Amino acid sequence: MQRLLRLSGLEPFTLTPDMNFVNVGERTNVTGSARFRKLISSGDYDTALEVARDQVANGAQIIDINMDEGLLDSKAAMIKFLNLIASEPDIARVPIMIDSSKWEVIEAGLQCVQGKSIVNSISLKEGKEAFIHHAKLVHQYGAAVVVMAFDEKGQADTYERKIEICKNAYDILVKEIGFPPEDIIFDPNVFAVATGIEEHNNYGVDFIEATRWIRKNLPYCHVSGGVSNLSFSFRGNNAVREAMHSVFLYHAIKAGMDMGIVNAAQLVIYENIDPKLRELCEDVVLNRRADSTDRLLEVAADFKGDGAKAKKADDQEWRKFDVVKRIEHALVNGITKFIEADTEEARQNYDQSLHVIEGPLMSGMNVVGDLFGAGKMFLPQVVKSARVMKQSVAYLMPFMDAEKEASGEEASAFAGTIIMATVKGDVHDIGKNIVGVVLQCNNYQVIDIGVMVPSEDIVKAAIEHKADIVGLSGLITPSLDEMVTVASEFERNGLAIPLLIGGATTSKIHTAVKIDPKYPSGQVVHVDDASRAVGVVSNLLSVEGKSKYIKEIRNEYALVAQKHQNSELKKKRISLGEARANALKINWTNYNPPKPSFLGVKVFDEWDLADLAKTIDWTPFFQAWEMKGRFPALLEDEKQGEVARSLWADAQVMLKQIIDEKWFSPKATLGFWAANSVGDDIHLYSDDAKKQHINTFHGLRQQMAKREGRFNLSISDFVAPIEAGINDYVGAFVVTAGAEEEKIGNEFVKDNDDYKSIMVKALADRFAESFAERLHQKVRKNFWGYAADESIKDEDLLQEKYQGIRPAPGYPCQPDHTEKTAIFDLLDATKTIGVELTDSFAMWPGSSVSGLYFSHPESYYFGVAKIERDQVKDYANRKGKTVEEMERWLAPILNYIPK
Amino acid sequence: MPIKNDSLAGNLMQNNRIELLKNLMKTRIILTDGAMGTSLQKYKLSEEDFKDELFKNHTILLQGNNDVLNISKPKIVQEVHKSYFDAGSDIIGTNTFGATSIAQADYGLEDYAYQMNEEGAKIAVAAAREAEKTDGKPRFVAGAIGPTNRTASISPDVNDPGFRAVTFDDLKQSYGEQVRGLIAGGVDLLLIETIFDTLNAKAAAFAIEEICQELGLKMPVMISGTISDLSGRVLSGQTVEAFWNSLNHVHPFSFGLNCGLGATQMRPYVAQLSKIIDTPICVYPNAGLPNEFGEYDESPTATGELLGEFASEGLLNIVGGCCGTTPEHIKEIYKNIKGKQPRAIPNFEEEG
Repeated sequence: MQRLLRLSGLEPFTLTPDMNFVNVGERTNVTGSARFRKLISSGDYDTALEVARDQVANGAQIIDINMDEGLLDSKAAMIKFLNLIASEPDIARVPIMIDSSKWEVIEAGLQCVQGKSIVNSISLKEGKEAFIHHAKLVHQYGAAVVVMAFDEKGQADTYERKIEICKNAYDILVKEIGFPPEDIIFDPNVFAVATGIEEHNNYGVDFIEATRWIRKNLPYCHVSGGVSNLSFSFRGNNAVREAMHSVFLYHAIKAGMDMGIVNAAQLVIYENIDPKLRELCEDVVLNRRADSTDRLLEVAADFKGDGAKAKKADDQEWRKFDVVKRIEHALVNGITKFIEADTEEARQNYDQSLHVIEGPLMSGMNVVGDLFGAGKMFLPQVVKSARVMKQSVAYLMPFMDAEKEASGEEASAFAGTIIMATVKGDVHDIGKNIVGVVLQCNNYQVIDIGVMVPSEDIVKAAIEHKADIVGLSGLITPSLDEMVTVASEFERNGLAIPLLIGGATTSKIHTAVKIDPKYPSGQVVHVDDASRAVGVVSNLLSVEGKSKYIKEIRNEYALVAQKHQNSELKKKRISLGEARANALKINWTNYNPPKPSFLGVKVFDEWDLADLAKTIDWTPFFQAWEMKGRFPALLEDEKQGEVARSLWADAQVMLKQIIDEKWFSPKATLGFWAANSVGDDIHLYSDDAKKQHINTFHGLRQQMAKREGRFNLSISDFVAPIEAGINDYVGAFVVTAGAEEEKIGNEFVKDNDDYKSIMVKALADRFAESFAERLHQKVRKNFWGYAADESIKDEDLLQEKYQGIRPAPGYPCQPDHTEKTAIFDLLDATKTIGVELTDSFAMWPGSSVSGLYFSHPESYYFGVAKIERDQVKDYANRKGKTVEEMERWLAPILNYIPK
Repeated sequence: MPIKNDSLAGNLMQNNRIELLKNLMKTRIILTDGAMGTSLQKYKLSEEDFKDELFKNHTILLQGNNDVLNISKPKIVQEVHKSYFDAGSDIIGTNTFGATSIAQADYGLEDYAYQMNEEGAKIAVAAAREAEKTDGKPRFVAGAIGPTNRTASISPDVNDPGFRAVTFDDLKQSYGEQVRGLIAGGVDLLLIETIFDTLNAKAAAFAIEEICQELGLKMPVMISGTISDLSGRVLSGQTVEAFWNSLNHVHPFSFGLNCGLGATQMRPYVAQLSKIIDTPICVYPNAGLPNEFGEYDESPTATGELLGEFASEGLLNIVGGCCGTTPEHIKEIYKNIKGKQPRAIPNFEEEG
């Protein structure tokens, strides 16, 4: 690493070679500034902080802090001021120079700063041993050090003494104890010149020349000095003093002085000094003539009071904003200086003082909240914002009390009592404290019961203090569970007090999903940051608004929870192995599957169209015409009713024609086979002896993560497994309204009657569906006969309230269309009833329905939904197909992107 | 008679072991362990488990106080260490993150802080020696020093910004006790980790220096800070470079970041450090950012690949995992850093 002086406050500061001079602010020094001394002595630390802040704003890159005053407890003052600075990010961003002649004060200061600071100063004044001891400690505390040119013989005044002491000190530090040379800053003593004593006249030159020697001969170290000493004899004449400083620095910097304790606000630029004054000053500083002091004295009075003006580096532009913007600026920047005046101005604009809080103050805090959330402000700054807020509210309090009194309300009653606690197992309380302050600012009584509070103590405090609201805070993950416990405890104790949830790991989703359900009697509200707390609390305690607000929250949380559940369930897939382990396990031991009246295949060449017309489900008919709504309500629908009625009337006319003129010749085939499930597949056998495995219906299994007590289904679960040693059966069917549909439709097209063409196809579809429904009924009552005494009216058939299912391949229970092949092979449906399978496994004629029959009372329709790669691989293997081919057919239900 | 490989590392003195580690670091990236807490959660330990016989009459709940397990359930702690050594860790941290009298005061166990550290160190050292027996690969133990639960440079009371709940001297004293315990238990290095307040870390470093001088030892110190949020600063407000400037006087054995962020979010700060520090870099991020339920759910593969990229870019000397990482994560990290060159330590002085 390059040997550079690397310091830090909250931000790093590196003294690089191209930086020719570092300003160390000197105004926070009780020995140098009468004003600062008064502020500290009188305990006005707020204003004292403003002094520090102004220095940084005026360009001080480091600030020197000195509390060496006889009447002061220097150590206590140093600690207090440094701790206060640590809470002011715009001051604490620069490194600190801890300045004292007492080691005890320096050490106390070193224990308060997190950054790398500079100790000012140590020296050989008390001998080598003490010097080494202090130097080692300075390094151990991680600081750099100013070494004064001072030894047991006294302070170095001449060039020779200065370089002798500095060389000696350097050798001890660097060569004997290994102190990093880049962390050493020599102070060769700036003494007053132009004092009238001849020996003093060369002090400026001695300093400048010693500086040159040090920088040349003592590698990596630095030179600093307290510049104001130089002009001590011109006290009271700032113009001359500043000119002298400027001239001195101009030459000393050229010689290598790279740091200085100066009043950054009062440095005049060398070129801007009146040329006459500059020349006289230069004579004095550089000791160019014997009479230089007298000559400067002669003219000094002429320049008095006309000194360089203090530069207003501190940006006051924002003071020109309107009052709302000013308040926002003060909050965001943590500036308390004008807040009372601004608050008063704002108060004039509102009829109630409370509205100042609800208006500009809260919107300002919202800006703070947003900036904090975006990482553009950090914690200490937010705490400062809260302080500004508090001062403003404190100012408003008497007005609010008076307004309340005037309106007959009880004065200074709290707007509500809020208990705040960090939950058990968690010790983080910064966020909680901030929320507490913000709430107090808004006239709520906040009772903070601390950190690591067990749920029983929170309940107890809530009851004891008659809390209106309880706020729970937590930062670490286990606190989330603890908050659930607290909510349950509130419920168990019969409380209904709203609970606020806050802290870094908390979230709206967690609150909605995990905490809210445990506390139905009360309301849980997640507060995402401190600035939002007041809004939430005032809503919860508002007499008129409360119930509406709670309703909104509840709706929101229900929605959030639902969404979360949906998305979780939708996303999550378990492995095929896990899914199989969670299959529906029907108890087969006490179940005797009914045997169909025949095994093998039956064909129906015709069916009474009038019979089928009775069970037509009309809702899908209207859907075919893109009319949404359920039949028959649709006929009375306000918007669609008229069209629906006319369509319905036309359909009835054609229906009658179809039946009377036998437009269609419905056909069906069905069959039953002995069957058992083998894993996720159903194996079909020619008879109960099961000697001959004649075909296989393959099953796909649900892979979504299921709640406790819900199963991952496959159609194979509804058939007795081969291991059970039980005779079970399945059926299959194909029905069609007849091949005529297409021909008739085409004839209408020829006649340019598209309306009738569509109508006939839509009706053919209805006949096919109705046929499937009717055939299923016959299967239940007769052919399979497991529900011989079923007495469901035709109109209820559509509700599917019967036992057993007839799922079709390509539909949710078994989304694989290629499974139709097995049905068609078994039934030979193309040959017997003229229904064909196209290349893409669609049926022709279109108005055809096929499917499987399951009889078990626990069988029901389900959706396989998306499946994972592991199942596709397994499934393809079972079907003897390649994974790629099955991925093509199953594309719509893949829960992954195929390679 | 030739010295058998498996007994070599264990018999070395601590300072020789550090030389060995330094040599290893020239050739490859060193792997540390993953989270202790995440691993312990799997044991589903009850309040009774945490208390065991010794603390059964202790009135304050101890569940979640992982450090007490060094006394009440040493076997489990050792099992977790073993699982990390098995996964490929070269260095593991002792289970002493919260074993300071200050942090333990919340549980009323401040009097056991020293014991927790000494036992914690012994357990980890035993696990290291066991692991070395299996394959002869040297294993190292870092004494983990957490931040405590108090901040020396932030006031916990917003109304009184000058107030401090803990002083430098309190911290120095408490850390000192921890460090003595760890040294007595035989750790190879010390690890000041999860630093959220630089002043706390300075107090720990001060205590270490004082004790090492007193005992005439040299203890390498690893330093690891925590960037707490998107502002890119430690909680006490310092930027990464300011943080380094504040602690480089310790001449740390390694310097870096852990916790707070996942690898993705941590990357820019690691890259920044890599440019400015002349010390080995140590990085152990969380398994991503916590989800809405406070769980870290970045998969081992994802963490492994992310840190593998760090390694490919030459950002790493020492790497591991923090919150939410498991032996699986460490295995994946191991897979992804294998064969990749460690970051070359820049010698800025020569350049300058």
